Amino acid sequence: MKEKIVNKLTVRFMSNSCNEGLSRIIITGFIMPFDPTVEEVADIKTAVSEAVTNCIVHAYKNREDGVIEMKATYTDSGKLTVVIKDKGCGIENVELAMQPLFTTDRENERSGMGFSIMQTFCDRLTVRSRVSEGTKVTLTKRLQNAKK
Amino acid sequence: MAVEFNTVGDMLVVAVSGEIDHHETKSLREEIDEEIMNVIPKKVIFELSRTAFMDSSGLGLILGRYNKALSIGAEFEIVNPGEKIMRIISMAGVDKLIKIKGVEK
Repeated sequence: MKEKIVNKLTVRFMSNSCNEGLSRIIITGFIMPFDPTVEEVADIKTAVSEAVTNCIVHAYKNREDGVIEMKATYTDSGKLTVVIKDKGCGIENVELAMQPLFTTDRENERSGMGFSIMQTFCDRLTVRSRVSEGTKVTLTKRLQNAKK
Repeated sequence: MAVEFNTVGDMLVVAVSGEIDHHETKSLREEIDEEIMNVIPKKVIFELSRTAFMDSSGLGLILGRYNKALSIGAEFEIVNPGEKIMRIISMAGVDKLIKIKGVEK
């Protein structure tokens, strides 16, 4: 049987670091009606925070006038999909960028754990990137209680 | 987010309450380093019991302050991390590098 979309969200915000907290609040508000566990909320909040921080720090190199788009969908089978997109510099080597502890910004104390955290805290992580065009990160997670 | 400093003998206790993300680490880094350089403690204790949220930016902040403490010959310890924060700390292997006390079960 085909999954039915229960709710959808699209937001766009500036690449200002104060929006890292905003993105966490928005995604938390989006999933709350579907009875997530405390752990699921923490996992999703953290994964989204990592993806948005990457847009700000790496894609837009701390420029505040970039646009970040976050789309979320929730289906009747309990599947949450969050897509976070930027039009920043893109990633030259996605495979390398996804290695734990790899970072291009050690002097600013980046830990290189962003993608590893997204991967661990979600069921699935997909990264598509084109140099000079941007990056699209898709996070998928099935919520256990799955209130339809 | 708020940071509180307490000097107990030779120790500097740094307690961060609220959320530690990339936005907050910018100012936290400067404030904590300034305090470390003012006090020149023998030990820096990073108290996390009131830290509600932390992502990989927090890991960077902790590792940076650990290095700062080492550079002045001080010990460094993490105290009372919540379960979710501990998960991130151990994922990065930070618990193999830094002594951690008061871990929640």
